[in-house]
Amino acid sequence: MFDFLEGYDLLGAFWVTVQLTLLSAVGSLIWGTMLAAMRVGPVPLMRGFGAAYVNIVRNIPLTVIILFTSLGLNQTLGITLGGGDDFDTINFRLAVLGLILYTSAFVCEAIRAGINTVPVGQAEAARAVGLNFTQVLTLIVLPQAFRAVVGPLANVLIALTKNTTVAAAIGVAEAALLMKEMIENEAQLLLIAAIFAFGFVCLTLPTGLILGWVGKKVAVKR
Amino acid sequence: MKLRKVTAASAAVLALAVTATACGSDDKDSGGSSGGGKTITVGIKFDQPGIGQKTPQGYAGFDVDVATYVAKKLGYKADQIEWKESKSADRETMLQRGDVDFIAASYSINPEREKKVDFAGPYLLAHQDVLLRADDTKIKSPADLNKAKLCSVTGSTSAQNVKDKLAPNANLQKYPTYSACLSGLQNGAIDALTTDDSILAGYASQDQFKGKFKLGGLKMTNENYGIGVKKGSDLKAKINKALEDMVADGSWDAAVKKNFGPANYKSEPAPKIGDVKS
Repeated sequence: MFDFLEGYDLLGAFWVTVQLTLLSAVGSLIWGTMLAAMRVGPVPLMRGFGAAYVNIVRNIPLTVIILFTSLGLNQTLGITLGGGDDFDTINFRLAVLGLILYTSAFVCEAIRAGINTVPVGQAEAARAVGLNFTQVLTLIVLPQAFRAVVGPLANVLIALTKNTTVAAAIGVAEAALLMKEMIENEAQLLLIAAIFAFGFVCLTLPTGLILGWVGKKVAVKR
Repeated sequence: MKLRKVTAASAAVLALAVTATACGSDDKDSGGSSGGGKTITVGIKFDQPGIGQKTPQGYAGFDVDVATYVAKKLGYKADQIEWKESKSADRETMLQRGDVDFIAASYSINPEREKKVDFAGPYLLAHQDVLLRADDTKIKSPADLNKAKLCSVTGSTSAQNVKDKLAPNANLQKYPTYSACLSGLQNGAIDALTTDDSILAGYASQDQFKGKFKLGGLKMTNENYGIGVKKGSDLKAKINKALEDMVADGSWDAAVKKNFGPANYKSEPAPKIGDVKS
C-alpha cells in the first residue's frame, strides 16, 4: 500500500520544515519581545510604531507576505540576504524572514498579555527602588510575563509550524512542496495528504504536550 | 458519566455525517449517457490561457473547444454543458466520485493515472519547452539550461523533470502560478519559464505579452493530452470516435490555429487515437 513512497525524501522535507520552524521561532521571539517592549514603553513614537506594525502585519495573509519577500524584495529590489545566486538558499532565507515578520506580531500580543498579568505594584516597587524603564522591564516584568505566557506562545509555535507550509509558495523544498509533487505523480490524493497530516501531528503534538507541562511548571502562583 | 454522553453524541454525529455523505455521492452518477434535456458536466482548467480559461465573456481555450466538439457529438448543445474547474490534484478524485462526466484539462496520460481513470485520445501531443524573452539568444539547447535561471510551478511534472533529468544543475525557482514566473521573466530575474509548450503558447498569445516572449522549441519530453473518464466508462469509445471526427473534418486544425496561433507555435500533427508516445 505504501510502496509509492519509495524515491521520495520525506524525512528531508520535514527536516526543512523543522529548520524553518526553529529559525523563525527564535527570530520572532526576539523581534516579538522588542515589539512588546515598544508597545508598553514610555516613548509615544515607539508605542505608535508597535501598535501600527502589529495591526497591519497580523491582518495581512501570510501568503501575501511570503510572496512579497520573493517577488518584491528579491526580484524587484534585488535583495538576496547573502544567498548568492542560488534560488534554494535565497528562498529559504526569504521564507524565514517572512515568517518572522508575520509571527512576531502574534508573539508581541501574547507577551503583552503576559505583561498585563504582572501586578502593577511590581513595576511601581521596582521604580521606587530606582530602576529605570529598561531595568524594570528586563529584570522585573518580562521574567514574570514570560512565565505566564508559555501556553499562548506554544499555540503560536504550533501555528508557526503549520504556517511553514506557505513557504512552498516561493519554492522552499519543505513538506508541503513534496506533498504537491507526490500528489501530481502518484494520483493518491487522500493517502498522501493523510501521511503529511500525520507528519505534522508528530511535530506539533509533542510540542503542545511538552510546552503545556513546562507552562504549568513555571507559572507564577499568585 | 458526562464523558460517556459526549462520546455517544459525537459517535452519533459522525455516523450521521458518514451516511449523509454516502447518500450525497450516489445520486450524481446518473448523468452522461443520453442527451435530450439533460446536461453534461465537463472538467477543465480555469486558469490556463490558450488551454482552458474562465473569462468574463465565457470559457475559452483549446481544451474548451475540444470538449465542446466532443459534447456536441455526444448529443449535447453548447448551452447544455456545465463547466467545472478541475485543478491538477483533484482530477482523479472528481472522475471517481462522478462529479464530472469527462475531463479535458491539459491532462497528460501516464501509467499512474491510468491505474485510476481511463483516457480517451490523446488529442494533442505537447512537449516540455521553455519560454524566453524575445531578445534572448543564450538558450539554444537543453544543456544551456544548466547555467540558466528557470521557473516553473510548484509540484508540477515539468519542475520535477528539470531537477531529475533535463538540467539537474539549473537554478530552479518554483512559484504557485505561471503568472508569478512571467513577472520574473519580464523583469529579468528569471531567464526561462518551463512547462508544456501548449501552455506556454497560450501565455505568449495573451494580448499583454504579445511580442515580448518566444518559445525555445527544445521539445524535451512528450506529453500526451488525453480526455479522462471514469474507469470502465462507455464514454471512452464515444469520445475517441468524436476526436477522430474532429481531426477528420478540420475543426481540430482550426482550434489549434485559433488558440495557439499568435505565439508562432508549431504544433505536432494530430495524434492517432491510442498512440501514446513516451
